[in-house]
Amino acid sequence: MARLKQNLLAAVTGAWLYVLVLATMAFLVLPTLIVIPMSLSDARYLSFPPKSFSLEPFFSYFASLEWRSATGVSLLTATLTMLLATTLGTAAAYSLHVTQSRVTGVLRGLMMAPMIVPTIFIAIGLFFVYARFDLNNTIPGLVLAHTLLALPYVVINVSAGLRSYDMTQEQAACILGATRLRAFFDVTLPQIRFSVIAAAMFAFAISLDEAVVSLFISGGDSSTLTKKMFSSLRSEIDPLIAVVATLMTLLSIIMLCISIMAQRKAKRAAA
Amino acid sequence: MSQEHKLSMSIDIENLTKTYDSFAALDDVSLNIKSGEFLSLLGSSGSGKTTLLMALAGFVRPDAGSIRFAGREMVFEPPHKRDVGMMFQSYALFPHMNVFQNVAYPLKLRGFKRADIRKRVEAALATVELDHLIERGITEMSGGQRQRIALARAIVFEPRILLMDEPLSALDKRLRETMQLELRRLHERLGMTVVYVTHDQREALTMSDRIAVMSQGRIRQIDTPVNLYERPANRFIAEFVGESSCLPITLQDGQPLFQGRPVRGASVAASVKNPSLVVRPEKLQFVTADASDYNLLNGRVSDVIFQGESQLVQIDLGEGMAVAIRRPTRSSESNRLPERGEAVVLGLHLQDTLVVGDDQ
Amino acid sequence: MSAGANALNARELRGAGRRERWFLFGTGLPALLLVLLTFVLPIGWLFWLSLFDAEGQLTIENYTRLLEPIYVLTFVQTFKISIIVTLVCVLIGYPYAYFMIKGSRWLANLAMALLLVSLWTSLLVRTYAWLIILQRRGIANDLLMSLGLTDAPLSLVHNLTGTVIGMVHIMLPFMILPLFAAMKSIDPIYNQAAATFGASPSRAFRDVFLPLSLPGLAAGATLVFVITLGFYVTPALLGGGKVQMISMRIESDVSMYANWGAASSLGVVLLVATLLMLFIVKKSVGLSRRSE
Repeated sequence: MARLKQNLLAAVTGAWLYVLVLATMAFLVLPTLIVIPMSLSDARYLSFPPKSFSLEPFFSYFASLEWRSATGVSLLTATLTMLLATTLGTAAAYSLHVTQSRVTGVLRGLMMAPMIVPTIFIAIGLFFVYARFDLNNTIPGLVLAHTLLALPYVVINVSAGLRSYDMTQEQAACILGATRLRAFFDVTLPQIRFSVIAAAMFAFAISLDEAVVSLFISGGDSSTLTKKMFSSLRSEIDPLIAVVATLMTLLSIIMLCISIMAQRKAKRAAA
Repeated sequence: MSQEHKLSMSIDIENLTKTYDSFAALDDVSLNIKSGEFLSLLGSSGSGKTTLLMALAGFVRPDAGSIRFAGREMVFEPPHKRDVGMMFQSYALFPHMNVFQNVAYPLKLRGFKRADIRKRVEAALATVELDHLIERGITEMSGGQRQRIALARAIVFEPRILLMDEPLSALDKRLRETMQLELRRLHERLGMTVVYVTHDQREALTMSDRIAVMSQGRIRQIDTPVNLYERPANRFIAEFVGESSCLPITLQDGQPLFQGRPVRGASVAASVKNPSLVVRPEKLQFVTADASDYNLLNGRVSDVIFQGESQLVQIDLGEGMAVAIRRPTRSSESNRLPERGEAVVLGLHLQDTLVVGDDQ
Repeated sequence: MSAGANALNARELRGAGRRERWFLFGTGLPALLLVLLTFVLPIGWLFWLSLFDAEGQLTIENYTRLLEPIYVLTFVQTFKISIIVTLVCVLIGYPYAYFMIKGSRWLANLAMALLLVSLWTSLLVRTYAWLIILQRRGIANDLLMSLGLTDAPLSLVHNLTGTVIGMVHIMLPFMILPLFAAMKSIDPIYNQAAATFGASPSRAFRDVFLPLSLPGLAAGATLVFVITLGFYVTPALLGGGKVQMISMRIESDVSMYANWGAASSLGVVLLVATLLMLFIVKKSVGLSRRSE
């Protein structure tokens, strides 16, 4: 009898677990999905089933100079950030990996610090410093700021790749006649490339999505997409925003897929 | 004396020292390796043999000392400028390149032309008998094949010095013994200077022109295999190279005594610390008590162990001492082995008698 | 015996060694420079600013001002929201992470995939989506009314409720992922051992699995709490002005009042609170691990 009660209890708990998890899964994915139907209707309120179908928001988006400009700024910044953060971060991860000294721990902590410090604090600090050097509302200013935010993630990813890589190969390349730099590009980089790719995707996504710092340091001609979205949302809900949201979401999902594939390949290569 | 031949270079190591946090990996090591010689660095882990090899390659920067290849100072040169071949314990092949690209890599770095590279790679792979696998990927290769590819890559640019870091340790026994002989033959053919690191004394004995036995960052003795085996400088060497039992002897007026009886055929200086009689299993014989050219030992058989091609008879000499005698397995009556518990007389020929002391 | 100062080539070798070390360090130098210029410098400057008033006089009034009721209220509300969000994330996140370990392979993978999709979708996009979903004529209210749970549309957004819902959504991955990683490293052999001692599955869970998962839970909860403390975007958009978190005060102090003294001191307090929390949790988790 006790065994039956135990089994029943387990079954009920199991059922509740399933229900809770399924509900959570729906909760998690709902917002991502909702933007797509929203962008195909010019109603201000999304209801299910959607009331009207219209491509009006898409047309308004492509017609708007401001929105197109903001998109260009964000994409350019994200690309430049990806390139800069990946290069700097990979070099830093390599340096930390091959130098084993007491200073290494401190430096690594310093690299990770932007993850811990509240972004709003970094944002106003940059705004203040940029004001002194006329870097506000410039793309270089944005790229530097986003690179700072992306750097920890790049270092983490590439460091992980380096840890599961056999450094002896670089030694072998050197004794065969390659300089350290040549050995890195010929032998090491091809083998950590999946970690580097995943890191690059991270950097791109972080830059594209970055809202808080961009709010302060971007503006005018170099407003980012996020800044424009934020200001628009503050005032009213323009269906056009749904289009922006949809495009950003599609881009995110592509980045995510590439990153997952790269990380999976990295794991397989390390095995 | 520096020598430079077409095929090989001499190596002169002088006062090499390397310390890690108060641990002396290399302790004022000096060594002259002749051009074209096959020299093994033999020792257990922590002896400094690998550190020495890495210093030759340029991966370890010594705290002090000089390394000269054919008279030219190399100790300041980075690894990529040393122009030596090297085989790593883990082979360190490049998995993202195929066999051809791996072996061709040093040639590519040296700016050889395409056709030339092709020819040399094929020749190198033919030397290790793997030319039929030239287009395969590295990950498809077995351990033994990878080892040969690593060798081909190390010699394809005809280096005059070849460094090897325990290259056979990952192979099984049979393959290892085959490769030992092959490497020996390769060395005879190609003629470069080889520095070979190993912890396996049998391997060192098989392959080397000379062996440098290392321990605690210093070279204890460097000599030909025969001399090292037959005339070890001290007890450490005697016990490290080959099997041996070292029996303590006493000195009375300059005369060595074992169990009260004089030991003939050996002269022992008074300055020798803790003199011991070196007894190797294959040098002992069963003799009668009246054998004249032998030093005699009395004991009782404690065990007879069959080991295939030979049998090991363990004999208790009393006072806590024991020796072993090794006899080849033969069926003839004259070679009957004694049984457990039997009292026996062992003879160590005067010419095989050797007394050594501790390392000073 | 280490090499004496005059040993053969010792000086040149030391120099060469130093040069090589600097070269390797130099690879990481650009990144370090970036961090120094865009991170250490601004933050240092902010610390500095917080010690000066509007006339440029050295003062601690920026900090004493924080004891005034309006600021205290902001602190209280920020902490309140952080605690609520953390608790909800724990309650929802733990079963989810557990399911990702124990559930059927296919569903567990789906659970992870959806989690990642959520994480990688832009923060702004998700916040905007919640704005849509939770509005008076949005689908949340539509659903509630059609299920008969309420007659009139509930005010789900532009208030605390909406803010909490949005924040929980953003923070869930940060709770679940560390928790999942920690749970994954729990060797199933412990549960099996408990079973051989006669423990029922729920007993084994309570006595073995749960305690072993606590460090991971602590890590996730701390992460969520600390990030929520300083969060800006979601409360700003979903709070409708009724929610005032520290970050929003900082923002208004800068953009509306150009009161750098107030903004920087608030920021410093926020940073110190964050670091303190991390330190406390690290120490207590470290302690509990030592007692195991």
